[in-house]
Amino acid sequence: MTVRIHVDMDKCQHYGQCCFEADDVFQLDDAGKLVYSTEADDSRREAVESAADVCPMQAITVE
Amino acid sequence: MGVVIVGAGLGGLRAAETLRAKGYTGAITIVGDEPHHPYNRPPLSKEALLGGVDVDGLLFRRRESLDDVEWILGNAAVASDLSARTVTLADGTVLPFDGLVIASGIRPRRLPIPGPKDGRTCLRTIEEARAVRDRLTPDARVLILGAGFIGCEAAATARKLGAEATVVALDEQPMIRPLGAELGAAMRRRHEDQGVHFHLGQSIEAFHGDDRVRSATLSDGTELPADIVIEAVGSVPNVEWLEGNGLDLSDGVLVDSAMQVSNEAGANVVAVGDVARHPDALFGPVARRIEHWNIPTETGRRAGATLAALLAGEEPDRGPFTAMPSFWSDQYDHKIQSFGLPGLATSTRVADGDVDGPCIVEYHDDRGLVGVVGVDRTQDLVPYRKEIAARADC
Ligand SMILES: Cc1cc2nc3c(=O)[nH]c(=O)nc-3n(C[C@H](O)[C@H](O)[C@H](O)COP(=O)(O)OP(=O)(O)OC[C@H]3O[C@@H](n4cnc5c(N)ncnc54)[C@H](O)[C@@H]3O)c2cc1C
Ligand code: SF4
Repeated sequence: MTVRIHVDMDKCQHYGQCCFEADDVFQLDDAGKLVYSTEADDSRREAVESAADVCPMQAITVE
Repeated sequence: MGVVIVGAGLGGLRAAETLRAKGYTGAITIVGDEPHHPYNRPPLSKEALLGGVDVDGLLFRRRESLDDVEWILGNAAVASDLSARTVTLADGTVLPFDGLVIASGIRPRRLPIPGPKDGRTCLRTIEEARAVRDRLTPDARVLILGAGFIGCEAAATARKLGAEATVVALDEQPMIRPLGAELGAAMRRRHEDQGVHFHLGQSIEAFHGDDRVRSATLSDGTELPADIVIEAVGSVPNVEWLEGNGLDLSDGVLVDSAMQVSNEAGANVVAVGDVARHPDALFGPVARRIEHWNIPTETGRRAGATLAALLAGEEPDRGPFTAMPSFWSDQYDHKIQSFGLPGLATSTRVADGDVDGPCIVEYHDDRGLVGVVGVDRTQDLVPYRKEIAARADC
């Protein structure tokens, strides 16, 4: 099983709060833009859910 | 019986989710005086105020684990008896509980200024944001009382919509407490470049108008026209419903590191979010209320875990509570991001860049770095955040 991750880039404001919860999945690049993996191992589900919780724009959906 | 959560905001939501995640399977009832399920407030002074207030777009996602929660919305808690373990609602309902989560947040402070009331509003709820939005027409003259984050964001949004914006505040500079005088002054220049007018060191003596506010007189005698007044001058914790229980309610409700209230009767009572005055190991033993968006989640998780343990007859984790306060603000195209508590600083230093451009400002107290603020430099703040986090270890 894998976790599917989607970030609504119209909503995302690149604050990087998600990166502190799951830095293997979400990162800010040198220009300060969010880059993320669309899939993660199921063992990372809680961390990814946590990232979705702390996103100020509520831009992250997890399946 | 079961758990009653008073306040259907972010803190109450996170506490409920954590109770379930920690294995609590009993009943959960969430009481909220607003008619809505928990929603996200920060957009109310930013995107939603600019683009239109869409309730569905603001609601927090609800996890399946909360499908069986009972929501009592549009009904306020008006009293409580912590020894008898009951909460009384405005419609007379008495809710018994085994565990209670205090999540009632704060409300904007209103100043007793003489004159008409119509046309004066604050900005905390969906309804207030809608009312403000309707009045922010391109020719509107908007008077903003208070130069904190919400006031400044409202000013920026008003300008983006083409309205005239004037900010009146007692402070010397906008956002002076969270940013300090130097960066506050620089933010003021950014606002002035966008056409915002400031009257600082001033208060409003009176509003004028027959039916509704048409103008205001400042303490220095200046007369300002106004079609709408947005008031953002601080907050009052919603604790009246807790009176008579011997709790320390001097500034919100005092809790320990487990988010539990310090009172015999309140054995199974925890508090979260804006209303909770809690210790944070990063900043010494003093308990504080921190009105930052990430705090309801941090305190909600801890409080949920505490209550789940207590209800299972186990001893909760009473170790230090450590949460990194994190705040962001959007004003025009500028992104302000802060970590820690810059307001506690005894000295500040511009670490990188120039305060009138992209910059990083450090805030120090006697133990070292206590806060950092970046303007348009969010991606470079990670090392500073780490340094503040390390305070917990010493
Ligand atoms: C306009 C605005 C912009 C903001 N912008 C930012 C930002 O950019 N960054 C940031 O970090 N933070 C920001 N914040 C702060 C952040 O939104 C709050 O810290 C957060 O909402 C607090 O959540 P809470 O659950 O503690 O309280 P609340 O969200 O206030 O929830 C408490 C709920 O309890 C209800 N209630 C109160 N009394 C009772 C009662 N007796 N009975 C039943 N229900 C009751 C209230 O009506 C409310 O619905 C902003 C806040 C506002 C208003
Ligand atoms: S926390 Fe949300 S808004 Fe911030 S970078 Fe991540 S997805 Fe974007």
